Amino acid sequence: MTTFPIITLLIIAVITLGITAVALFLKNIIHCSILLAVSWVGIAAFYLWAGAEFVAFAQVLVYVGAVSMVVLFAVLLTQRKQLDLEKLTGTVGFRELGKLAAAMVATVLVIAIATTPLTGSFDAINEPVITVRDIGIQLRDNHIGALLIVGVLLTVALLGAVVVASAEPKTEE
Amino acid sequence: MSASSESILEAFPLTIRDWLASVVPLDWLQWLILSLIGIVAILTVFGLTFAFTTVTERKLLGRFQNRLGPNRVRIFGIRVFGFFQPFADAVKALTKEDIVPAAADKVLHFLAPCAMVAFSLLGFAVLPFGKHLSLLSNIDAALLYFFAAGAASELAIFMAGWSSNNKFSLISSMRALAQLISYELPLLLVAVPAVLMAGSLSLTGIVVNQGGDLGILNWNVFTPWGFAGFIIFFIAALAECNRCPFDLPEGESEIIAGYLTEYSGFKYALFFMGEYFGMMSLSGLGVTLFLGGWQAPCAALAFIPSYLWFYAKLIVMILCFIWMRATLLRLRMDQLMRLSWKFLVPLALVNLGTVTFWKYTADWEGGMLVARWLIAIALVILPFISLGKVLSSGLGPRKYRYA
Repeated sequence: MTTFPIITLLIIAVITLGITAVALFLKNIIHCSILLAVSWVGIAAFYLWAGAEFVAFAQVLVYVGAVSMVVLFAVLLTQRKQLDLEKLTGTVGFRELGKLAAAMVATVLVIAIATTPLTGSFDAINEPVITVRDIGIQLRDNHIGALLIVGVLLTVALLGAVVVASAEPKTEE
Repeated sequence: MSASSESILEAFPLTIRDWLASVVPLDWLQWLILSLIGIVAILTVFGLTFAFTTVTERKLLGRFQNRLGPNRVRIFGIRVFGFFQPFADAVKALTKEDIVPAAADKVLHFLAPCAMVAFSLLGFAVLPFGKHLSLLSNIDAALLYFFAAGAASELAIFMAGWSSNNKFSLISSMRALAQLISYELPLLLVAVPAVLMAGSLSLTGIVVNQGGDLGILNWNVFTPWGFAGFIIFFIAALAECNRCPFDLPEGESEIIAGYLTEYSGFKYALFFMGEYFGMMSLSGLGVTLFLGGWQAPCAALAFIPSYLWFYAKLIVMILCFIWMRATLLRLRMDQLMRLSWKFLVPLALVNLGTVTFWKYTADWEGGMLVARWLIAIALVILPFISLGKVLSSGLGPRKYRYA
């Protein structure tokens, strides 16, 4: 497997972050969601850089293929009322809540980054060649519990979605 | 398979490529040229296939409907049954006025057809066209790459529909999203059995697994699970390409060609190009997964180069697509959804069980071999019949009332 230099990672990171930033500041919400999908492709490119083909393709398949569709559906089906943003977010409680949420997310991210051991240089990664078969065997042998729990969780979510969707209001006769 | 006479023709494209690349001295330039040759070859072969598929389709549809079809175009006085039609079409598409609605989102309106063609071309990169012919043959998860590349074309259709600022276009793109997501599931699920049998996600590995002394009988389609899988794959592929009877996103008689309504000139042609490229690459995947890829049907015919076999099978698949278009009527939206979620997905899941049984009984012999076939066939047919009974109960027979 070929290794790519650190400069490639920097280019990928700058492009992805740039697209995400543009997506944040655009007024048109459809443009935002399409750019969001493009930024997911950027993350897939990062996985490819790191040599994780499987994760990269799965990222594109799931996020660009499916999640972006869910986002677009949600955007299109939401009522497009002209919201008074200043009135809605201008209240003190709302702002404090927003600050609190942002601070919590930042804390989690900082802790995660700070505690991750960054050993070795990027240029000479002695990456082990991991095939899809290895990933499958790992999942089957060492992480079977996690796999099953995730499966059950997703099934529950799916069933919940079906229940929510099928609950039609009964008309009184 | 090991005949030495085939090896010249077999490696012929590679010989030409290497010879062309050896002309330049620099290493990186050589790499560039090698990549470019692969891209140009795919664009040429499938571009021409696209051109002649369009005219073949029009002529065949003409025959199906008891008329002649296009037969007028001539170049230098030569008229090959109208087979020069695509060149006339290309000139027409290029010289037509490109109309962009005033209220359209200009950028997305421009990007959508480009994205459509680009994404539909990506799938060709991993298809094994021949024994030695594949652009990215070393990708371990080639099948996953193929589906990932195809997933993005939904985005292009949505961009087209939304940016046109037209109600019909928007309805059509919503239909397209729902349809493509629904049919991607059975498409993915029926690809899994082939992976299971080959023990590899690599498309080359799946093709090699279908070779052997039995020739044509080694192909996946000639096993109970493979047959069922191929039928489901074919239906889902029809839907993924928005082909009749699943052409609801276009639906020219109800939503006036849907997301194509506001397109004209070459952008319109690009959408068609993307659609046909998508059809070809999906047919190629079908050939790879179920019809033995580039394998010859029997050892005696192996002197014909493998890429020609692949191409022949591809053409047969495309002709079947055209045949379906001429035969079937368009589905309604609820029928479309019901077919996928209540019929194809459960059958594809049952098919996973069948292939597991098939895999674990590979060493059964003699009388047990017969039992293996019977059980597997029962596993395919019984769910099909019972599910069909349950789903169609209360739906028929239809009563016709005449005014």
